[in-house]
Amino acid sequence: MFYYEKKLQYPVRVSQCNPMLAKFLVEQYGGADGELAAALRYMNQRYTIPDKVIGLLNDIAMEEFSHLEMIATMIYKLTKDATPEMMKAAGLGDHYVAHDSALFYNNASGVPWTASYIQAKGDPIADLYEDIAAEEKARATYQWIIDMSDDPDLNDGLKFLREREVIHSLRFREAVEILKDDQGKKKIF
Amino acid sequence: MHSQFKYWKPYVSPYDPCKPIRVKSYSTPPQLYMNFQPPGLPQFQSPKQALMHGTLWPQLYSPYPDPHKRGEKS
Repeated sequence: MFYYEKKLQYPVRVSQCNPMLAKFLVEQYGGADGELAAALRYMNQRYTIPDKVIGLLNDIAMEEFSHLEMIATMIYKLTKDATPEMMKAAGLGDHYVAHDSALFYNNASGVPWTASYIQAKGDPIADLYEDIAAEEKARATYQWIIDMSDDPDLNDGLKFLREREVIHSLRFREAVEILKDDQGKKKIF
Repeated sequence: MHSQFKYWKPYVSPYDPCKPIRVKSYSTPPQLYMNFQPPGLPQFQSPKQALMHGTLWPQLYSPYPDPHKRGEKS
């Protein structure tokens, strides 16, 4: 079960009225390497991963949901006061006709999220290597979004999220080391 | 008659980046309040009027966009 804390993991500030950034940010909301894909991937893989690393997948899945909320807050702040004309000018006209200013799980090009973005192979090494790749791809996506944004307050939140991807990647790499199983043993090859 | 639009005031943060829309609205069209159409509802005066409204019955006509646009004031 979940305990919900009614606050964000890291404060989200948006200082410039630039709805076009919402169009780019949605890549991290419902994109292939976005937070939703990450959270669902880990929360599903955890069942069949060796006991030693279940907790890691569980905790990272929870944190990814917290990131999803932060991204949602950024997108919401950027679009909630946009008129239909502003949405059209921001390249969000096609989003507006389908969703008004509601958020939806699709990528920056409007392609809806699909479970084929994620995998659960059952092989712990294969799954963890996918998780590492997912973190690196998410990190890269944050970099490209930061490159597209000139809002310092928004970028502050995005830099935090990018850093978390770095840490998650390292933790998954450590999980691989644990499963390689010779860690801490005196073993002569 | 029920109102055709409802209005609500969303939370407005002092840190919102864009000029806030203080009042938002949504449509509550007449079929919402008429679970089953009663027989003998009054009809428009002329077929032309009915055609232009898209319905025979004034009570089922739903205007859009909001003719009052209260959402854009205040």
